[in-house]
Amino acid sequence: MVKNILEYLEKNEKKNPEKTIFEDENNSITYKEFKDTAKLIGSNINSKIKKEKKSIVIFMEKSIECLVAMMGVVYSGNFYTVIDTKSPKERIKMICDKLEPEMIITDDKNNQKIKEMEELKNIYLYSDLQLEELEEEKLIQIRKNMIDTDLIYVLFTSGSTGEPKGIAVSHRSVLTYISSVVEIFKFDKNTIFGNQTPFYFSMSVLDIFSTIMAGARLVIIPKKYFSFPVKLLEYINEKNINTIYWVPSALCIVANLKAFEAIKPKTLKKVLFAGETMPVKQLNEWRKNVKALYANLYGPTEVTDICTYYILDREFKENESIPIGKACDNCNVFILKHDGTESTKGELCVRGSFLASGYYKDKEKTNKVFVQNPLNKNYPEKIYKTGDIVKINENGEIVYVSRKDFQIKHMGYRIELGEIEKNVNSIQGITLGVCVYDEKTSRIILFYQSKKLEKNELHKILKEKLLPYMVPNEMIKLNVFPYNQNGKIDRKLLKNNFIKGEYK
Amino acid sequence: MEKLIEILKKYNADVDYYTNEHLIDEELLDSFDIISIVADIDNEFDVEITAKDIIPENFNSAEKLYDLIKRLS
Repeated sequence: MVKNILEYLEKNEKKNPEKTIFEDENNSITYKEFKDTAKLIGSNINSKIKKEKKSIVIFMEKSIECLVAMMGVVYSGNFYTVIDTKSPKERIKMICDKLEPEMIITDDKNNQKIKEMEELKNIYLYSDLQLEELEEEKLIQIRKNMIDTDLIYVLFTSGSTGEPKGIAVSHRSVLTYISSVVEIFKFDKNTIFGNQTPFYFSMSVLDIFSTIMAGARLVIIPKKYFSFPVKLLEYINEKNINTIYWVPSALCIVANLKAFEAIKPKTLKKVLFAGETMPVKQLNEWRKNVKALYANLYGPTEVTDICTYYILDREFKENESIPIGKACDNCNVFILKHDGTESTKGELCVRGSFLASGYYKDKEKTNKVFVQNPLNKNYPEKIYKTGDIVKINENGEIVYVSRKDFQIKHMGYRIELGEIEKNVNSIQGITLGVCVYDEKTSRIILFYQSKKLEKNELHKILKEKLLPYMVPNEMIKLNVFPYNQNGKIDRKLLKNNFIKGEYK
Repeated sequence: MEKLIEILKKYNADVDYYTNEHLIDEELLDSFDIISIVADIDNEFDVEITAKDIIPENFNSAEKLYDLIKRLS
């Protein structure tokens, strides 16, 4: 019985020790080197802190070394949290206050920033964790003490109040989830991932752990290539990348800048996306230029990564939504109405081993969304309430409607902002539209990007397309949208800037 | 050139754009900034920078970028 993700690493290392597992712009590492270094680091961590099941923070940029450090922590019997090195000090402090880490691992490049924060203790350099000799016996003992419900990592999301929430995930959740996606998308030893998402973001869990479980290879794509789409596509060809799992914003940059006119990716076979709504216009541009399997994945960090998926099996018009499909194998989803009964439209709820263990040191927030299944009165069974409103379409597929808090009450009507966005995005000449709601002044604000359309023309078109109470009260043309640290459109910032009057 | 430097200063004000030739290599301009800068330039200079010109070589210095704008206009 597999209890620990490291068992897959060791199995694939035995089969193919000299195969490259991870690669970045300048370096690569084989399965054997990776396992050996991670073990050495695990052993060194243990000799320094002599504790297990504790928090260890990794403060390093996305790199091979960061991946080694992550698995090193797992070898030591502890769990890791990767923190974005570009985070403001205030956020780093809030995360460390919550975790009270036994150790912070950093490297020469980022050491200074951590050292400047005097309240942080137990800081070690990555290179210093390789100095002592490997204690094999100790690692065997640690592994014996571990069970599959022990934590593997804690990931932090921003949380609506700005206070970071730490989502605690166990080996069991990662193992169940990864087994499911490896089977659905047929990842195997020939898979070469082109990783876009940061390691402190849940989508990277698919890339990293599918690689380990399937004996595949992962190529870290340098972040700067996402502003130079031709370079990006060249890099994909050069590294023979055949599978990508990106946020839609990253796919849109390639489509919007018409990079396919200059170069076509030759090796891509699977294009997966999640994290936000994929606009159909840009998706069609991809489908026209790259023949591959396309899939829309859906899920919050609280269910490890995703819980539903839809493999595109037909053409989509620009005013249609791409479904989020059906539940992954060994995972169950259902829709609850306000009154707690099952329905075809309402809040999506998830059941099964994909569920995270809860929010780290936050019983109150945990109990709000990880609750007893209201449809099961007979024995304790946790479900996760996603806060996402979905419905079932005529094909029996689940379609994402909006965030629960996107569903607004405006002039007495219940409106889905996602519905307005879908209509805006289907208009010729619109690159992208995003809606927010300002509760204080009861106004729907539309931000849009367009080469041609001015406010009054757009207003005219929208009046024909939308019900009167859905027509945005304010329209703001942007040159470009702001993005958050994960590469998604930063809706919170748009709204705050609007309230501050920055678009006047 | 001044107009271009005005634009660049919006994204990072702490750079001497007259002398620096490593804006991308030294990560002085962030990855998503590039997309914004392209949009700004398209607007301000009434040109269309296409994907094949959006390469690090054209963005490493203000001078290189200005050369590109001149070529396109």
